[in-house]
This record gives sequence, C-alpha cells and structure tokens, in this order.
Amino acid sequence: MKLEEFQAKELFREQGIPAPVGRMVTTAEEARTAAEEMGGTVVVKAQVKAGGRGKAGGVKLAKTPSEAYQAAAAILGMNIKGYTVQRILVDPAVSIAGEFYVGITIDRRKKLPVMMVSASGGMDIESVAAETPELIHFMDIDPILGLRSFQARSLAFELFEDKKKALVAADIMQRLWQCCRINDATLAEINTMAQLEDGSLMALDAKIVLDDNALYRHPEMEAMRFPTESEKKELDAKRQGLSYVQLEGEIGCMVNGAGLAMATMDVIKHYGGRPANFLDIGGSSSPEKVIHAMELLVSDSNVKVIFINVFGGITRCDDVARGLVKALKETGLKLPIVVRLTGTNEEEGRKILLENGINALADMTRGAREAIRLAKEGGGGE
Amino acid sequence: MSILLDENTRVLVQGLGRDGSFHTAQMKAYGTNIVAGVHPGRGGDSQEGIPVFNSVRDAVDETAADCSVIFVPAPFASDAILEAANAGIELVVAVTEGVPVLEMSSVVRELDALGTRLVGPNCPGLISPGKSKVGIMPGGIFRQGPVGVISRSGTLTYEVVNQLSSAGIGQSTAIGMGGDPVVGMKYNEYLELFQEDPDTELIVVVGEIGGTDEQDAAVFAEENLSKPLVGYIVGRSAPPGKQMGHAGAIISGADSTAEAKVDFLRNRGIPVADTVEQIVDLVSKELGG
Repeated sequence: MKLEEFQAKELFREQGIPAPVGRMVTTAEEARTAAEEMGGTVVVKAQVKAGGRGKAGGVKLAKTPSEAYQAAAAILGMNIKGYTVQRILVDPAVSIAGEFYVGITIDRRKKLPVMMVSASGGMDIESVAAETPELIHFMDIDPILGLRSFQARSLAFELFEDKKKALVAADIMQRLWQCCRINDATLAEINTMAQLEDGSLMALDAKIVLDDNALYRHPEMEAMRFPTESEKKELDAKRQGLSYVQLEGEIGCMVNGAGLAMATMDVIKHYGGRPANFLDIGGSSSPEKVIHAMELLVSDSNVKVIFINVFGGITRCDDVARGLVKALKETGLKLPIVVRLTGTNEEEGRKILLENGINALADMTRGAREAIRLAKEGGGGE
Repeated sequence: MSILLDENTRVLVQGLGRDGSFHTAQMKAYGTNIVAGVHPGRGGDSQEGIPVFNSVRDAVDETAADCSVIFVPAPFASDAILEAANAGIELVVAVTEGVPVLEMSSVVRELDALGTRLVGPNCPGLISPGKSKVGIMPGGIFRQGPVGVISRSGTLTYEVVNQLSSAGIGQSTAIGMGGDPVVGMKYNEYLELFQEDPDTELIVVVGEIGGTDEQDAAVFAEENLSKPLVGYIVGRSAPPGKQMGHAGAIISGADSTAEAKVDFLRNRGIPVADTVEQIVDLVSKELGG
C-alpha cells in the first residue's frame, strides 16, 4: 500500500525525522487559509502516488495566500499519470543549501533491507543508479539488529565531511530504519533530504510503501488509504478473495492462479488480442467467487468476450463448472464466453457445462485464439 | 533419483486446520511418507492414522521426521518455520501465503545460520513423481522422468507439467519456489542440486516479472551447469507498478520486466518459450539432441 506524501511525512515525524509541518487540504480556499496561517512562502504540492509530478506541474511555489489559492485551484483536478488530484499538501517553503537522497528498500537477491544514500538528491534515483552508480552508497541492514550506528555513520560520512552534519544525518538514517521496521514498510525514501541554510537537515519529500501482508498488524493504516476509482475496484475484488487489475483490452480473463493468469494474458497478446484485465480467482473457487468474478468482468464496458481458463489442481473442475452455470444464470451474461477447463474432475466439469450449452475446450491456446476471433467479430475488427 | 525429496523423506505437517488436514490426506494418498502432525494443543490425537504432537521437537524425537510442510496461518507461519528449523528439520516447505517481507528476511537469516533449507513461503510445494509430494500440487498430472521443473508459481507449474506429461516427458522433481519477494531457496540452489542429480537431464525454469532471479539463474547456469535449460517467463502484458497477484510479481525497474528477462536468457544461449506449448517443443529438441 503506497502512502501519499503527507501521510508518509506524518510517519516520519512520529519517528523524529524532521519534515516541514504542512497541512493537507482539499480545496483552494483551504490552501489560502493554510498559507495565511503559515505566513511567508509556501509550496503547494499535488498528493498523488506517482513520480514525476513536478514535471507535470503538480508542485508550485506560492509567495502569498492568493498565489496559494491560485496554485491549488490549478492543481486540484489535474490528471497526473492516471491519478486525479484530490488532495494538496501546503508546506512552508524552506531555503535549500544542498539536496541528498536517503532510502531503504528490500534487496531481493540478498533477502535483506538495504539503505541507499546519495549526494545527488532531488533527482530520480533510478536514473542516478543507471547512469552514475558510483554516486550511490549502499549498506545492508540486518533485519534483526537493525541499522547500527557505525553503519549509519559510515554512510553519513559519504555525504558530509563535517562531523556534526554527518552525525545528524546518521541519526536520521537510523530513524528511517525505525520507521520501516515499526510500520512494516517495504520502501521508505527521503528524496529530497534537504540541507537548509542553517545547516539542519529536513525531509522535503517522503515516500513510503507499506507491506500489504503486514497490514493486519496495523489496522489503523486502512484509514490512510485513499483509493482511486480503479484501486477501489481492485480492493473490492480483494475482499471477495479475487486478485484483479484492470487493463485496456477487450478480452475479459478469469483464471485460477497468478502465474497462469499472466500466461493467459500473454498468450492472448501473443496471438494479436488484448486482455482486458488480470484476474486470479485463487485456489478454492466456490460458486459465489465465480459469480463475483463474472460481475467484475462485465462491469468493464470494454469487455467484449470472456475467456475463462481454469487448470483444476486442488480446485475441482466440476466445482468451477457448477459455479459458472450458476453465475451465468444469475448475471444473465450476454457476452460470448470461451471456457477452457482441464485437470481434476475435468470430464464431469465439461459434462455440466455441455448440458448448459457451453462447449469447454481442453487447450489454453485454442481457447485464447477462439476468444480473440470472437472479440474481432464483435468489435468491428479492432 | 530426484532432488530434496524421495520415498524415504519423513514428512511432518504443521497446522492441521482445514487446508492442512485436507492436504495431509491428499499427500498420504499420493504415497508421501507422513510420520507426524503438529498442532499445539492437540498432542496425543491422531489424524489420518498419523500421530499428532504439541511441538515439532516432540514430533522429531518420536518419529525422526526430517521434512516439515507448513499450513499454519500467516501471522504464525514464521514462528512455525523457526520452530521446525530449531528442532533440526532439514527441509521446511512453507505453503502459507501472506507472510510479511521483513519477517521473512529475519527468518531466512536464522535458517541460513541453522543450515535449514526452505521452500516458499507462498508456494505449492514440491513433488518427486512416483515417490513423494509435499505441498498442494495435484499428483495426478505428474509422471516420472528426466526433466527438473522450477517455478515461482502454482497453477502455471501444473499447466507446464501437464503439457510435458501429455507429450510423454516426465519429471524428476518439480518445485514451486514461491511468489513472494523474499523466499528461501531460489533457482540457483535448485539448479545446483539438479546438476548433481544423475536422473535429471534438463531443467525448465518458469519465471515471471519482478526481481532478477531469472537473470541470476542464467548467469549461474552459464558458469556451473552442464545440463541444458529451457526458460519460460510470464507477464509480458503486465503494466509497470501493478502487482500481478503474487506479492513478488511487480515490475519495479527495467530489469524486472518479462522482456528484459527473456532477452537476458536468450543472449546467454538459453532457449525461451513464447507459449506453454513451445516449452514442450524446446524440451523435446534439447532432449532429442
């Protein structure tokens, strides 16, 4: 679960990482009031869970309350990488003397959290990593012992020669690890970590990704979720035990298992079709689940054909077939449907479907090609 | 032969809830040598004719179990893994889905120190056809033969295996290593074991978007393997930044896309299938040559 900047800064401050004390607002009027109360210049920042918002015009400096009003009015409703801006963070502006990067992520190869720091802050760290990897310094973090003082110091001295500044930076680094550990974050970034003119350090931007698998330990974090329309759909699906991601094609896919679901999308693409979604109905596929999945597919108006690809392992094909028949009756589906059913109890499953007028195929590629053919017929050859 | 698992492996099951009980019966029916169950509070019971113990230590003392399969719910799974490892179990198979990443990071460190092997978490387990299966794979689709299979996924493994078996190509051992960002053993460790296994002639590596394990496997194979590899990578149609079901299947950098992985493997001379059917063609060709 990605947090928005204002939420991430809250979590930073809880761990004693200095960050501007700004205010999240949802209207231009509130932005004006916030700027009035803060006095002086403010930064008006779109709250979106995507990078590149500065380039998209989602961050503006405002010298007066009325400029803050105008900036907020311009930014609210803006579309940045698919996110419609609904929230704005008004932060007091600061004078920056230097820009740094401090981040923690999971190194999958080492199976450890790793801290990365760089004196090339304020930039996209991935391009720094790609073009000038020597400018990034890494440190493995023992997940049990944490980022130890000597490790933080050695990183901090890569950024600052001055002892006092280095020790302040080292302290922030250790606090960032605490922030990860306490909140079960799989990513935490301070970019930019600014050095102010008085020499102090401050997190001017903040990024945190929480581990979905650990949210059961942090029920309060659910309140921090501001889902977009498509995320709402994905969340609803998740509550039904379905894993769903909407795409832009016209072949609605329903598959058991994430790997097979990706393979299904790929084979559709390989033969010239376009998958409308990723949908994994999981291992035990009760009739109710199949009905929910069907409703989800037809709620996407782009879908012209439905392709169901089930490999019965532990999931029994006859169970899926019964669910499907029930789902078709209850949802009154009008779209053409292609079913591929193989594995445990497949003969019984096929028989149930055949009795209801559905001829299930045994081969995934044949199924995909049939779905593509139907999509082209129905969709005017797109 | 096979790797990690055969008819002599003495298996215990941790977590005899709904799933654990069901799959205990399934594994037993397949012929797996299940010697014990562990379910705190149910010590002294028996299930499917198998004695149940309160702790892994008790079970190991009584039954000399050397492999444990874990069906314990996610909040308690890492403790169960560590309990098995600390009781001297050599191979732990964690089927459980949803274990937090930082928790797994700590667990794999302790397992390394103890010398315990871990398959998973969030995995379907492994099977040495005709000998034993540990986990939730459907036994019926497998047949004994010369191909090792390593995959990050469950049903996709079944799909691949089913096509191989239908074409008359059997498997030595098939492993689902798990779909999470941090898992126990990865491709390289399995490849090393397959290299040593006289009955494995070829290994199929089934990969997906996220991370760079497939590239690591290709480099490892180039340096250490005399046996041929066939690759298959899914997720070519996945958009960046979106998690495709598995917690680990997310494009988070240029190297973690399916295209990057396919290119990397092909550039090192590893044939990569575009579709599942092609896996069978490529495997037949390699085995025939």
